[in-house]
Amino acid sequence: MSVSVTTKPAFDKQGAQGDEARVDAAMRGFVRGFGVTAALHLESCVHCGICAEACHFHVATGEAKYTPVYKLEPFRRAYLREASPFAPLVRALGLVKKLSIAELEQWQELIYDSCTMCGRCTLVCPMGIDIAELVKEARHGMFQAGLVPERLALMDRAARQWGSTATPGEDLSDILAEAAQAHGVEIPCDLPAADILVTAAPAELGEHTKALAAAAKVLNRVGAKWTMHQGGFDAANIGFNNGDLELQERLTRALIDTAVKIGAKTVLLPECGHAYGAARWEAGRWYGRELPVRVIHMTEFLDEMISSGRIRVKKIGETATFHDPCQIVRRGGLEAAARRVLVALGFELIELADHGVTGYCCGGGGGVVSNVRATPLRHKVFEMKKQQVEATGAKRFVTSCGQCRITLEMGAEHAHWDKRTESLLELVADNLDD
Amino acid sequence: MTLLEFARGPALVVALSVFVIGTLWRLVGVLSRPRLPDHSPAREGAPPNWVGAWRAIVGGMWPKKNFSRAVRFAGINGYVFHIGLALVFFGYAPHIAFVRRLVGLSWPALPDAVMYLAAAATIVSLLIALVVRWTDPVLKLISGADDMITWVVTFLPLFTGMAVIAEPSAVTLARNQVIYGGPLAVHLLSLELLLVWFPFGKLMHAVLFAFSRGATGVRFNHRGVRV
Repeated sequence: MSVSVTTKPAFDKQGAQGDEARVDAAMRGFVRGFGVTAALHLESCVHCGICAEACHFHVATGEAKYTPVYKLEPFRRAYLREASPFAPLVRALGLVKKLSIAELEQWQELIYDSCTMCGRCTLVCPMGIDIAELVKEARHGMFQAGLVPERLALMDRAARQWGSTATPGEDLSDILAEAAQAHGVEIPCDLPAADILVTAAPAELGEHTKALAAAAKVLNRVGAKWTMHQGGFDAANIGFNNGDLELQERLTRALIDTAVKIGAKTVLLPECGHAYGAARWEAGRWYGRELPVRVIHMTEFLDEMISSGRIRVKKIGETATFHDPCQIVRRGGLEAAARRVLVALGFELIELADHGVTGYCCGGGGGVVSNVRATPLRHKVFEMKKQQVEATGAKRFVTSCGQCRITLEMGAEHAHWDKRTESLLELVADNLDD
Repeated sequence: MTLLEFARGPALVVALSVFVIGTLWRLVGVLSRPRLPDHSPAREGAPPNWVGAWRAIVGGMWPKKNFSRAVRFAGINGYVFHIGLALVFFGYAPHIAFVRRLVGLSWPALPDAVMYLAAAATIVSLLIALVVRWTDPVLKLISGADDMITWVVTFLPLFTGMAVIAEPSAVTLARNQVIYGGPLAVHLLSLELLLVWFPFGKLMHAVLFAFSRGATGVRFNHRGVRV
């Protein structure tokens, strides 16, 4: 596979490390990721290029550099030189060149701007290579090297200081009090004991407090003993997206340890995809055992409440189509849960041409929505989703991830498209039946 | 020692040794990498891990419904040369006789006409694959030396094998003596080249595909996703 610096540089740097130190740091970060599954996947590629046809960035632009497996090239080379079974031979004969700082800088765009870690490529790969997971591993090395898009690095610094990208923990009670007053709903904060620890996505603590209020409305309706808590409230784990493992662990522990402290049995995650990926599937790695609490996504909670009859909802009785958030459906397994809630709401569901586990990403996952540098690329991807939504002729457009919703709303604004993207949670809360 | 004696003797021993030891070395090397235990509880109702692995291994044999258009060319061409190679290697009577001499195993052969058709289709398919690799922007970008070497060592046994065929296989086998020693030696050496390259390049996917698909199958099955 050829490696040449052919594109206009689009990279940022953090810290004062020299170039050699950055390369060494990247290599150390990469090597840490070479477990048995990563090794199997890096060894199995036959360079068929089929993954390109699954990637929204490649499909939207036609550019070869967005081929998913190509995004892994520095990671693959690090593996071949440092960890593959023939690594000593590879190094001795100089079969694979050591990575250069220029190559790592060039790949920043491919690893952060043009990969949402949505895993659609994983499903199409005839070798079953989980490319999305490998990109996530590759980000660990890039973060160590201080080669992260500056906007994401800024959020990382905020989260390291505050425990959230949105606000310091000590401001949480004021934010919740304002949201409670604005939406006329009670939102408990910092209760010393509760059954459910409720968490939020950063946007819900700023512009989208309606989602917070919607969650409160449903929880209060079922009479749950719940609270939000300044010890752990922001579930959108920026460390997970950026490749900052230390921060990922801190943010994860903040949620789980707070839940344990207040005696909660459940951590309820917001409508956020990567929060689900980080907490539901990866939290256990920091504890070395199964968690003492149950971690569930808002969609699961709504599904359980409706299925058990603890809440009833009014029938809306219109046509709707649904955008499947990648981390919740393709990589999370909640395809059926969201559809059961939609059916309960009385929607006639008209599926997108690509839906369920093979649905296209919104284009903003994996931190891409926050990475302003990637905005033009994201808008191209949005056009694909827009066309698929329009083709259904459905009146309503619903999703169950706040980050997807923000991405789609920004795309719609740019494209002067008047279709609103609605939250499944807010639809339930707005249509609670007595 | 004639060239054929060399090909049937020391060259074959060396090639088989490199093939077996190299394949085991690579496989054991990969499988002995550290394992990160997954402590997350499995999705309620998820089948056992082995079921997820098995489904991914078998399900990976054909594309998912929504991807069938996207993978049409690569998929069809891939089927042609994989099936063609399998038919030629396992179905041609002289090849079965070769395996019987080597390890004592044998099975019924397919008719020569089927073999000629399979070999021709495989050669055409490999040539198409090469042209596409050279011309498609995606494939050009992701291709390297391994792709070319693998193509050459796969193509050569087919090409040299066609040069050996001059009569029906039943006649060849009944004669019990080699009359085209040179071409047969070259054919055998080309196969030995493939065996020697096997552990080092992407031909190894013939072994690794099951492990790779299986690992993803386990991961997704745990989450309640069928792949």
